[in-house]
Amino acid sequence: MSDHIASPKLYVGIFLALMVGTALTVFAAYKDLGPWNIVVALAIATFKATLVVLFFMHAKYSPKRTHLVIICAVFWLGIMLALTLTDYHTRHDFSFLRSPATTVTRSV
Amino acid sequence: MPKVHYLNASYGLKSWLLTTDHKRIALLYLASVTFFFFIGGLFATMIRIHLLTPGGFLVSPETYNKLFTMHGVTMVFFFLIPSIPAIIGNFLIPIMIGAKDLAFPKLNLLSWYIYIIGGCFVLYSFSTGGLDTGWTFYTPLSSIYSNSAVTPAVIGVFINGFSSILTGLNFLVTIHTMRAPGMTWFRLPLFVWAHYATSIIFVLGTPVIAITLLLAGLERMFHLGFFNPAMGGDPILFQHLFWFYSHPAVYIMILPAMGVISEIIPTFARRPIFGYSFIAGSSIAIAVIGFLVWAHHMFLTGESVYAALAFSLMSYLVAIPSAVKVFNWTSTLYKGSISYDTPMLYALGFIGLFLVGGLTGLFLACLGLDIHLHDTYFVVAHFHYIMVGGAVMGYVGGLHFWWPKITGRMYPEFLARIAAVVLFVGFNLTFFPQFVLGYLGMPRRYHSYPPEFQALNVMSTAGASILALGYLLPMVYLVWSLKYGAIAGPNPWPATGLEWKTASPPPTENFDVTPVVDWEPYDFEHRPDLALEPGIGGLLPAHGDD
Ligand code: HEM
Ligand SMILES: [Cu+2]
Repeated sequence: MSDHIASPKLYVGIFLALMVGTALTVFAAYKDLGPWNIVVALAIATFKATLVVLFFMHAKYSPKRTHLVIICAVFWLGIMLALTLTDYHTRHDFSFLRSPATTVTRSV
Repeated sequence: MPKVHYLNASYGLKSWLLTTDHKRIALLYLASVTFFFFIGGLFATMIRIHLLTPGGFLVSPETYNKLFTMHGVTMVFFFLIPSIPAIIGNFLIPIMIGAKDLAFPKLNLLSWYIYIIGGCFVLYSFSTGGLDTGWTFYTPLSSIYSNSAVTPAVIGVFINGFSSILTGLNFLVTIHTMRAPGMTWFRLPLFVWAHYATSIIFVLGTPVIAITLLLAGLERMFHLGFFNPAMGGDPILFQHLFWFYSHPAVYIMILPAMGVISEIIPTFARRPIFGYSFIAGSSIAIAVIGFLVWAHHMFLTGESVYAALAFSLMSYLVAIPSAVKVFNWTSTLYKGSISYDTPMLYALGFIGLFLVGGLTGLFLACLGLDIHLHDTYFVVAHFHYIMVGGAVMGYVGGLHFWWPKITGRMYPEFLARIAAVVLFVGFNLTFFPQFVLGYLGMPRRYHSYPPEFQALNVMSTAGASILALGYLLPMVYLVWSLKYGAIAGPNPWPATGLEWKTASPPPTENFDVTPVVDWEPYDFEHRPDLALEPGIGGLLPAHGDD
């Protein structure tokens, strides 16, 4: 356990940064950036979550073992997203492989 | 028996309901998990009776859907997942590592209350319309079409998840920070390693199922489009998220049972476990690789064939650490001085039944074969061989092995051996025919079947009634032993773990003085205090030639 006590000033600063982030998200939602829409939205959200974890949840002042736990959790989240996307990104159309006679049941 | 121990240190309902003693909390879990086992068993009985005739004669098709769903939800979330960790693990982990309690005793009590609250929601769902989505809660059936009481059930399972998370967190911190002097990582009992691995899955996996079910519930209640294609959602996404937890969850059920077996085998073969570090490491490997195989449940639900290929390969890989364990247990038996006391009967049964369950898992992980076997009774037989033949056998075997420690009294050995054999026979008669039925094409989750499948179904139902007898017997004689069982003494088998160094039942503080560990795990050779007297620990002490 750390007995670090962050100053109220820091907390207010983080709070303001989060508010700015929220405003940016709303602002970005009105701009059409094509494929970058999702990237920008997620980048802002990730930045905000990082601030919350580091300062509000005191991860910055925690022992190394706590850091390891957080890194593992994020890594596991990465596994979930990455392996799920392997499915969504490889669903090609295989109809060219089928002879007309067998084109009956399901499309891949 | 000691004069004062954890059971009689204080009296009254309050001293139990507000206890922070991990041993008493374990008994609270024992009572409530047994209750849910009864409920789940009741549904199973009705399923098997219904399937005695091809048309099904007990209940309507709609009710049949509810029966297998409520059976699955009860057994998976409220019996199997908490059974070994929250009862035997809760009781033993602090004692096995020489600690006075878990790291967070109040959180431990809280996790029991959360479990009870979650259970109440689910029982409410069962009694107000029931649940018919299958234990898998697949969308859009669960989120849109089902007319049954899905919402309270989903909330119940969601709440119950936090109970698992707290238990896992508690175990992890306890094992890291509270080991007695000399209890190094590689002197930990393998039961503790198994629970360490299980706890990793609890903590990393359970939040995903909780949120996934919450999303399905929100879609149902407020028509938000997460999984409903008509609203831009994707039903396959639900399956990804569900199985991301639920495949690792099957390892939550089997890893603790493997831990139990790893304690029983060396004790009754009187040999150090073969390949300690491999068994310990394979638990961790199973926990990690187990997270990379989930989409083998989705080969036929429209996932990409490339992803299916990768998940099939990973599924084969996860069998390797499982096989490592089976080989090491078998090697431990080699040239051992084996006695067939009841816990050992369960352990040997476990090895055989887990082997069948694991190998048929490989059949199912084969892309071509799964087209034929998916959603048939073959799958049902596969997972019952592991969950009932493996996990439940491990649980019942562990209860017998540590019963003298928990209660201070022995169970009746002869009756217990009979029960173990009855369970083994009943189990195989129930579930082996289901492999054949599935291979011949009988789909799972149907309320009726073609007449040519009747003989095998009748066999299965007959087996189920033997199985039920096999479960009732221990319930009766274990309760009987509370009053009439022989006094066990601190180390009846005798076994090597720290838990056998303290009194039976242990004092509230577990040890009068904190123990110092200066021996290696499962070392029978250098422990003259553990020499086997003829006739101790069983009816037929069978000594191999030395
Ligand atoms: C050796 C490792 C294992 C492999 C390769 C494996 C493979 C599989 C596969 C491919 C399926 C999907 C079959 C289908 O629906 O077509 C399946 C289903 C299942 N397996 Fe396993 N399995 C393994 C171990 C386990 C263990 C240890 C458990 C339980 C403790 C388990 C419990 C289940 C359950 C509950 C299902 C059915 C889920 C459902 O659809 O309701 N499996 N297994
Ligand atoms: Cu699986």
